[in-house]
Amino acid sequence: MIKLTVNKKKRSFAGHPFKRLLDVLREDFGLTGAKEGCGEGECGACTVLVDGRPVNSCLIPVCQAEGAKVETVESLGTPDRLSRLQASFLECGGAQCGMCTPGMLMTASAWVKGGGSAEPKAIRGALAGNLCRCTGYQHIVESVAKCVKKKARR
Amino acid sequence: MRGAASSMSVLRPRSAKEALAAYAAHPSAIPLAGGTDVMVLWNMGLLNGRTVLDLSGVSEWAKTKKTPRGLSLGALITHQGLQQDAVVTTRLPLLAQACATIGAQQIQNRGTLGGNIANASPAGDTFPVLAVYEAVVSVMGPGGARAVPFSGIFAGVKKTTLAPGELIASVDVPFLAKKPSRQLFRKVGTRLAQAISKTMAAGLLWLEGGRVEELRFALGSMAPTVRRLSAAEAYVKGRKLDAKTVEEACSLLEDDVSPIDDIRSTREYRLQVSKNLLRSFLS
Repeated sequence: MIKLTVNKKKRSFAGHPFKRLLDVLREDFGLTGAKEGCGEGECGACTVLVDGRPVNSCLIPVCQAEGAKVETVESLGTPDRLSRLQASFLECGGAQCGMCTPGMLMTASAWVKGGGSAEPKAIRGALAGNLCRCTGYQHIVESVAKCVKKKARR
Repeated sequence: MRGAASSMSVLRPRSAKEALAAYAAHPSAIPLAGGTDVMVLWNMGLLNGRTVLDLSGVSEWAKTKKTPRGLSLGALITHQGLQQDAVVTTRLPLLAQACATIGAQQIQNRGTLGGNIANASPAGDTFPVLAVYEAVVSVMGPGGARAVPFSGIFAGVKKTTLAPGELIASVDVPFLAKKPSRQLFRKVGTRLAQAISKTMAAGLLWLEGGRVEELRFALGSMAPTVRRLSAAEAYVKGRKLDAKTVEEACSLLEDDVSPIDDIRSTREYRLQVSKNLLRSFLS
């Protein structure tokens, strides 16, 4: 039995310890936000936070997440109550087809939470492991910068 | 074919002793650290049916210790952990720089120093730096512990000189006795992040009275394993770095490397850019 915390809820998983964290989240816990893109750690569509840090959940067997705090895009907000970051993506057109968006949001949320700057070059560096094949990077970077600025104003 | 979890067996040791015993009992097991290489192969369905030795619970191999000569870096320290270590960033800055170029932060948060070495890719990003810092790899196995100079850890593409049952415990990196006059880490790839390098260089240079006291220069992705440029290093020793000496060093570079044409680059490009890196470092 593998115990872990997912989106602040204690969960346990009784299946195979080598099942990927991505598949456990999607198939066993019903959290389908994280997507599988490349399966090689290149695209970042499967990004979730483990103990606050962005990781590729397609490269982690669930046994390596034992005792960890996992956060997925479902932890951010709800359609009625978007998080500041999600609202910024909506306002700036930071989502197009949506495939990369959950991963982008999770990497960006760690950036914002960690006190990252609104400087576009720094944001691009932070998001370097998340590919957007709509190539909508400009709006994504603007969305993150907007969120950082909103946070600073509060 | 995809990876099938149900076909796998997982060994989960909780100490170095348990890890070595488990590996001895299952010699064909695949050691797993951060998973950033192993899991890619597994996702492709190439490791189905195998036994995996998950080392992530071996906490004694995830620590940094000061030694009389430098730092002993636990094999399971992540690339991100190395960048966060204040002693690494101040005393071994090229290592922190190299770690910052590996994949992107998702990979740096998982991938480990020992895993990078055990994977033995010709393009391993930390290798040129560990070569010029003259690191020593501490290995543990059924025959006890042994220290392998970094120059002797690789046997070829994706091959180490580790004996059956041996695991990397730590990487011991001595501090430099004297501050170098110049230092360099440079990775050349298609983009800054995620790319596997076409060539990469690490260099340390000490000048004394206008002459070269010592040069250490290593190239990655330029041969089956990382290479120190021993011919160029020996040639410049004691010389002034005038244009003629620098050009001679650049042409001697070819003595120590054997770059190939592949999907990432060509032999010609790799040689030209590597020479440019050495030339600008020495000029």
